[in-house]
Order: sequence, then C-alpha cells, then structure tokens
Amino acid sequence: MKSIYENEMKLEFISKSNNEAFARISVAAFAAQLDPTIEELADIKTSVSEAVTNSIIHGYEDTEGTVKVICKIIGNSILIEISDTGKGIENVDEAKRPLYTSKPNLERSGMGFTIMESFMDEVKIESILGIGTKVTMKKLIKKEETSETDITEMLSQIGSQIANNISEEE
Amino acid sequence: MNSKYIEKDKLLLLEITEEIDHHTTEKIRRKADNEITRFMPRKVIFDFSNVTFMDSAGIGMVLGRYKMINMLGGSLEMINVSPSIKKIFEMSGIVKICPIKEAV
Repeated sequence: MKSIYENEMKLEFISKSNNEAFARISVAAFAAQLDPTIEELADIKTSVSEAVTNSIIHGYEDTEGTVKVICKIIGNSILIEISDTGKGIENVDEAKRPLYTSKPNLERSGMGFTIMESFMDEVKIESILGIGTKVTMKKLIKKEETSETDITEMLSQIGSQIANNISEEE
Repeated sequence: MNSKYIEKDKLLLLEITEEIDHHTTEKIRRKADNEITRFMPRKVIFDFSNVTFMDSAGIGMVLGRYKMINMLGGSLEMINVSPSIKKIFEMSGIVKICPIKEAV
C-alpha cells in the first residue's frame, strides 16, 4: 500500500551524545530534497539537535537507550518525529517554559523547547512517565516565487519572438 | 580551541574551532576554564569565526563562563557570531550580559 507521504526515512541510534551531530546532519541531508534555504536548514538542524539532546540527557539520563528519528515529506513540509523510551516528562507545560531546566548542574539553559517552537512551525510533545517521550515537529519549506519583473521579462521575450516570426513570414 | 592572552590588556581571546552542542561543550568548557584559571583575565572574548553550528548548549556554556569571569570582576564578549547563532543568543537574553560585538 502506497504511503500518503512523498518520502520517509527512519533512523535509530544509541543515546550517546556524539550521535547528536549525526542526527542533525542526517535530517538535514533528507530535508535537502525540499531545497531549503541555509537559514531553514539551520533551523531544522538546531531543532533536531535540541530534541535529540533532550532524549539523551533527560529521557535516558544515566542509562542508555535507543533514540528514534522519523522524517516524512508531505508537499513542501517536513515532519520530524524524535522519540525515546526513557523516563518521560512529569509536567510538559513546566518543561516548555523558557529558561526552565531540571538540570542546571549540567549548565543547561532551559531553552530547548523555546528554540524548537520558534524555529519550527508546529511542535507537539507527547510523554508518559516511565514509558517515553515523542516530539513531533513540522516545518513548511517556502518555495521561491517568480517575481513580477521576471514574468514581465518572460512575456516581452515571448512577444519579441512572435513579432520576429511574423516579420519573417512577410 | 585556540587561546591567546594579551598581557597588557589582561585580555583572553578564545577561538572556538568546532560545532557547539551538548557533546562538544564538555570539552570546550574544560579548556576555557583551564585558560581562565591560568591567566585570570579582566576580559574574555569568545571568537565564533569558525563555529558553523550551535544549539542551546552554547548558551549554557557561555553563561557558565560568564559566572566564573564575573566572580573575578571581569567581563565577557563574543565576536564574529553568524546571524543564525546570534538569533539563538538573542532569544535567551544572554546578550545583555555577554554582548556580541563586531570584530575590530
């Protein structure tokens, strides 16, 4: 049965911090097919980095587990799901609050969710204590529009070609 | 990380040479703290020329160094910060205490 998505990929890796770079580069490589701008790509990479880091240092804390990254392309949007089977978030609203962190001793700024919400168009957080957490993010990659001057140029070029054809026939 | 200490200005210039995320900040933090304790500078400048990526871990790293340098009565600045990374610093408000300057 054909998927409703134009393209999909799934990554799974152990919750080691050196995989943070691997995750964001992989998602960026997959997102490239939408022809994003440098800024859009940076926004996506940063958001992935935040979510993956959360799974590693909060979800799995001092243990080790698997982080799953699923990406789907639908139209001009990319959907990114980052999930873990770690300890879960007790209070999601508290976790989302800017500058709130449960790990100030790790020099965490508490800006992870704020950054995800600023850089992505939609962010959804689902979490069950003792079961795990799933963060779903979506971003529309804007297509560059043909400007008015381009269209005028094209029309005048077509017009001259027609004029030339007519004059040649005479 | 490359470090340069300018004795006459008691200025410590720290050039970060890698991406800044939770994984790399452990090493960056350690090296920066070593240099700061070694020289006890009046001002620390972080040079971001070669930083191609940063997430919120960078905010915590800079803030941690700021607290240390502040205890010594010194100040901290950042230079050559790319627009994407500047955006992240501005979101956290840290630029009020650790300004981003254009390199001279």
